[in-house]
Amino acid sequence: MKLTGSKILLECLALEGVETIFGYPGGTVINIYNDLMDSPVKHVLTRHEQAAVHAADGYARATGKVGVALATSGPGATNTITGIATAYMDSIPMVVISGQVPTPLIGNDAFQEADIMGITRPVTKHNYLVRDVKELPKIIKQAFYIARTGRPGPVVVDLPKDVQMDEATFEYPDKVELRGYKPNYSGNLRMIKKAASMILAAKKPVLYVGGGATLTDAHAELMELAELTQAPVTTTLMGMASFPTTHPLSLGMLGMHGTYYANMAVTNSDLLIALGARFDDRVTGKIATFAPNAKIIHVDIDPTSIKKNVRVDLPIVGDLRDVLKKLLKQLGEKENEVKTTVDGLQPWHDEITEWREKHPMSYKASKSVIKPQYVIEKLRELSNDDAIVTTEVGQHQMWAAQFFDFIQPRTFLSSGGLGTMGYGLPAALGAQVAFPKRQVIDISGDGSFQMNSQELATLVQYRLPVKIVILNNNFLGMVRQWQQLFFDKRYSQTCMELPIDFVKLAEAYGATGLRTSKVDEVEDVIKKAFETDGPVIMEFKVAREENVLPMVPAGAGLNEMVLG
Amino acid sequence: MRHTISVLVENEFGVLSRVSGLFSGRGFNIESLSVAPALDPTISRMTIVTSGDDNVLEQIVKQLNKLIDTIKIIDFTGEDFVEREMALVKIACEDRNRAEILRICDIFRGKVVDVTPKSYTMEVTGAPAKIDAVMNLLQPLGVKELVRTGPVVIGRGPKGWKSA
Repeated sequence: MKLTGSKILLECLALEGVETIFGYPGGTVINIYNDLMDSPVKHVLTRHEQAAVHAADGYARATGKVGVALATSGPGATNTITGIATAYMDSIPMVVISGQVPTPLIGNDAFQEADIMGITRPVTKHNYLVRDVKELPKIIKQAFYIARTGRPGPVVVDLPKDVQMDEATFEYPDKVELRGYKPNYSGNLRMIKKAASMILAAKKPVLYVGGGATLTDAHAELMELAELTQAPVTTTLMGMASFPTTHPLSLGMLGMHGTYYANMAVTNSDLLIALGARFDDRVTGKIATFAPNAKIIHVDIDPTSIKKNVRVDLPIVGDLRDVLKKLLKQLGEKENEVKTTVDGLQPWHDEITEWREKHPMSYKASKSVIKPQYVIEKLRELSNDDAIVTTEVGQHQMWAAQFFDFIQPRTFLSSGGLGTMGYGLPAALGAQVAFPKRQVIDISGDGSFQMNSQELATLVQYRLPVKIVILNNNFLGMVRQWQQLFFDKRYSQTCMELPIDFVKLAEAYGATGLRTSKVDEVEDVIKKAFETDGPVIMEFKVAREENVLPMVPAGAGLNEMVLG
Repeated sequence: MRHTISVLVENEFGVLSRVSGLFSGRGFNIESLSVAPALDPTISRMTIVTSGDDNVLEQIVKQLNKLIDTIKIIDFTGEDFVEREMALVKIACEDRNRAEILRICDIFRGKVVDVTPKSYTMEVTGAPAKIDAVMNLLQPLGVKELVRTGPVVIGRGPKGWKSA
């Protein structure tokens, strides 16, 4: 039987196990939207294409499945770019389908035409322009395969309107054949054996864990490795929640706003074991003084990550979970040696304990004004262990990483690489679609929230009970902090002078709004929000010029922290 | 340091922009790039001359490999290979230098491929250094236009890259 391109697309999505897509209709996808009415694939209508992509991203991060977004050509597609770039920087599996003007019009500056292949090339893992309906099943198959395998990432499929209308016999290929793409999953055993002996010889090891642990669902293996070797664990922002922050071996986050003890441990370590992390500049600080005495083992599925920023003594290319399994097997065969090594780590643990006690994560509490950190602490106390937390970007994001505890995997969704303000609300929307029964909390600032606040409408329409925390300081706080510290307090364009009534905003959309500026009401507001059905905005008027500390100034070494 | 690499890619729409975009986006240098279908017509073979230290070259090779459309990369650094470039040169000529131009053409085993009363167009093939040398001699005689293909390379010896 012959099917139209738009029907074929939806058949393919169903066969890929896609349950929900996020999108926004328009002229060049109207055929797809028409057929969507008869398809088992559910659709969530966001209020902006950028939000559709962030929602698909949040859905992907929370579930591990490929997120799918759909947008029309031209402005619809250009609106997706920030979302695609966000997913690309954080290696999130995603397929974005954009409509395109009919093939005979491509290149003619047609109405709502944009060169999406050209625009998305540098921010996608791969992209396709479908020029023949017969190619469509193969391309969709490849798109999903590329998105979720190897180092995951977003794939764009640009689908011209005439191809959606053309007919072809539908047959979904069962195999993908790409001669240029064969990701290497299996870590080299010789290298893994070497890693085992380096671990056994280390006196001051640190496990430095990135987003790869979450992407490969290697949480159990990571826990086993940490407990077996008793190596302390520090995570990047992307690695957050891959190892419980409440575990005695957890050092919390490292880097620019990492804990004092994580940064000191890395600086003084003799073996740094990088697991699915990529030595981002926000993590390393000044390269010359980064872990100067450490041998570095780097496990990553992407060879380009290795030796890109730092020297590496032992590179292992492979799937992190596979490598950890093999490494555990190697160490398991050397029980006595492991025991000797672990016994020898006591002075290292003592040293770390000293750092912990000297400068624990803390802030100056206040009875008169709400400290943003206090709100995060209360949220941590009052939320469920499996609550999913999303953030926007800025001070609140760092406070969330510093003061919330992440116990279960895939519970912290944040734009790490690109640093996209406006990510958190639509990502929370996507996560809530995936897990309707779990608590989903967007921790936000007043600046970031306004970048995608229109998604309140989507939350209310689909009855998605996302709880939104706005730490309102009427500032673009992180930039203001930099201006305070490095630009002589010249607050250029960072004061949000118009105070927004976020309670009224919530109510305008049919959501619930709560607000307080009193310290002793914080707990009640959070409790009330959690008890309320449907989406709630909790607006906390917080200390306006509170800073995120500790802080490693840009370009300084990790041991040159400004402490609180 | 100068490096020559061959990149075998899917002979598909947009591949050249993926490769050139990678170079510009990551700040890698391209001295020359030439591309045409390989022995297997579904494959294109690019010869790229680039420069950078060992770390840069390692990143270039890894990043190229990461492109889905890249099938194979041959890095000729430290290898024994044959390198050839072709140039077409248009030279203004008057009676007094016609003979001289032909002599130079002869010495470099070039060919005159177009003649008019006022010009010669010469074809020269060789390693890039040879083209440079012939240009040095021709320049004072009045070169009007120069087109160089950029070098293409192939490894010496019996070993061949299948379908390339």
